[in-house]
Amino acid sequence: MRSDFLRSRFRLQGVALLWLALLAADPANAQLRLDITQGVRDAVPIAVVPFGGQEASAATDVAAIVANDLKLSGRFAPLDRADMVTRPTTGGAIRFQDWRLLKSDFIVVGRVEPDASGSAVTFELFNVQTGQPLLTQRLTTAERGMRATAHRISDAIYERLTGIPGAFSTRVAYISVEGRPPAQRYRLVVADADGYGPRTIMESPEPIMSPAWSPDGQSLAYVSFEGKASAIYVQRLATGERRRVSARSGINGAPAWSPDGKRLALTLSRDGNLDIYTLDLATQTLARVTSDDAIDTEPEWSADGKTLYFTSDRAGNAQVYQVALDGAREAKRLTFTNSYNARPRLSPDGQSLALVTLDRGGYRIATFDLKTRNLRVLTDSTQDESPSFAPNGAVIIYATEGGGRGSLAMVSSDGQFQQRLSSERGDVRDPVWSPYPRR
Amino acid sequence: MKFMHAIAVTVLAVGLAACTKSKQVQPDAGAQTAVTTTDGATTSGLGNQPAMGSNAAGAMTAQQQAVAELNARNTVYFAYDSSEIQSEYVPVVAAHAAYLAKYPGAKVRLEGNTDERGSREYNIGLGERRAQTVRKALMLQGAADSQITTVSYGEERPAAEGHDEAAYAQNRRVVLVQIQ
Repeated sequence: MRSDFLRSRFRLQGVALLWLALLAADPANAQLRLDITQGVRDAVPIAVVPFGGQEASAATDVAAIVANDLKLSGRFAPLDRADMVTRPTTGGAIRFQDWRLLKSDFIVVGRVEPDASGSAVTFELFNVQTGQPLLTQRLTTAERGMRATAHRISDAIYERLTGIPGAFSTRVAYISVEGRPPAQRYRLVVADADGYGPRTIMESPEPIMSPAWSPDGQSLAYVSFEGKASAIYVQRLATGERRRVSARSGINGAPAWSPDGKRLALTLSRDGNLDIYTLDLATQTLARVTSDDAIDTEPEWSADGKTLYFTSDRAGNAQVYQVALDGAREAKRLTFTNSYNARPRLSPDGQSLALVTLDRGGYRIATFDLKTRNLRVLTDSTQDESPSFAPNGAVIIYATEGGGRGSLAMVSSDGQFQQRLSSERGDVRDPVWSPYPRR
Repeated sequence: MKFMHAIAVTVLAVGLAACTKSKQVQPDAGAQTAVTTTDGATTSGLGNQPAMGSNAAGAMTAQQQAVAELNARNTVYFAYDSSEIQSEYVPVVAAHAAYLAKYPGAKVRLEGNTDERGSREYNIGLGERRAQTVRKALMLQGAADSQITTVSYGEERPAAEGHDEAAYAQNRRVVLVQIQ
């Protein structure tokens, strides 16, 4: 099967190549510029030929966006345009031997045409070796716009070739901090998954932390210290309208949405101890989940909404636990490897947790298999934190430190490849990947 | 955007004016020793002055002077992964407790902080634990519960930039902010 062939090519240990790619098509727009600084050897070569019907002046270069998405995934190495001797825009015009000489395994051609409601984009994907057509689609841009259409094309190609749905139509939220202590300025930012078009959702001279996407992708919950103490807000992205949902005395922290979007798990210290509660957003009813002298925090819901994973130091140091929301509420300890495990996040398939572990002196990202209870360390730096799965489960974005500043990085969930995404300004932290957009 | 910047700068300036002194303290064992030997003298010195008299010429009252002295030494530093008050900082806490006991209308805000290692929300918990330790110590020495509020910033408001042990040591702290 073709996707088996591709998967076997990815099962490689190897030193990463160093190369840079600019993601933002318009640097003036991009306050945050994400540069890929490490790639993966033996990524699959693919030619994404510039689409017909797009003049050099076209505002959105569809083929460039698709090539960039595939490159960002770490699994593909798009051919440089300068190396393309011919630029076919239909399958019938492709001379496959040209592309075999260029060592491409796959080729994408396409064209943009006017359509009743805007534009229509047609693309065709071929196996270069065999000349076999693999996928053809025609998409209209009417509602979504050209850039979103390009990401949908990337999603379709990625899924056809790997068997895994693409996550190129998703977004990332993160916190950006500029200035030096004590005069720092904090911004909550949302950008496309390729880093394009960062938009400041909220800014403050006081800390903002722990953004969390609602399951419908329409809102973000976050912690803000704007009132001189921590409080939890929920902000609707389309309108900017926000509500303060918890400002109890003491700590209000670590908001996590239930799978049905109706409740938040969160932390409160109002009884003198940091403990986990659930809050019904409609009725504002609180239910207490933990009740002990330890620090209990960083709750994360199971897929069925019946249990929480969380961090607790009740055993003397931070470890990951699970507790059922009904019944006796006895917490079960899950992690026993290493002296520190925290900040669990469930994979989309519900089979594993991403977490932060203290591994041989460095805080690193690891996955914990919920069946085998095996902990697998994925990164090798010293200050990694805040892991978040892409909704297809293939990649984890996380915060790391590079060149003395906070930056973001991605690692595949099997640990086979890594990418560092360096930012131009300030410190970037607390990344969180959106769900799939509603269709 | 510019409007938001102006608002942010204004808010920040007001905030800084209130907190400037509290951010300038550096750990200095020698100075701590000096405080220990004069601590008794400070307390009794205050007692000798007229209590709460306001000076027509606008000079600081005894209480304002006491606060100024407290603000000059208002940070307790902590060892890694610990919320225990080390002996060199006991006098700092004692001085603040004595003031709070003497002026029942006075209030203090305890700001708990950690170094950057480990996850952020867990560090909020650690910062709070440090603030609670200082709170208990203050109450044991005569402060009332109602005079004390705590806030934890975790690793979010470091005093020192840097990713080495020297910076970490400056960030693991509780700041005792006297709010009038």
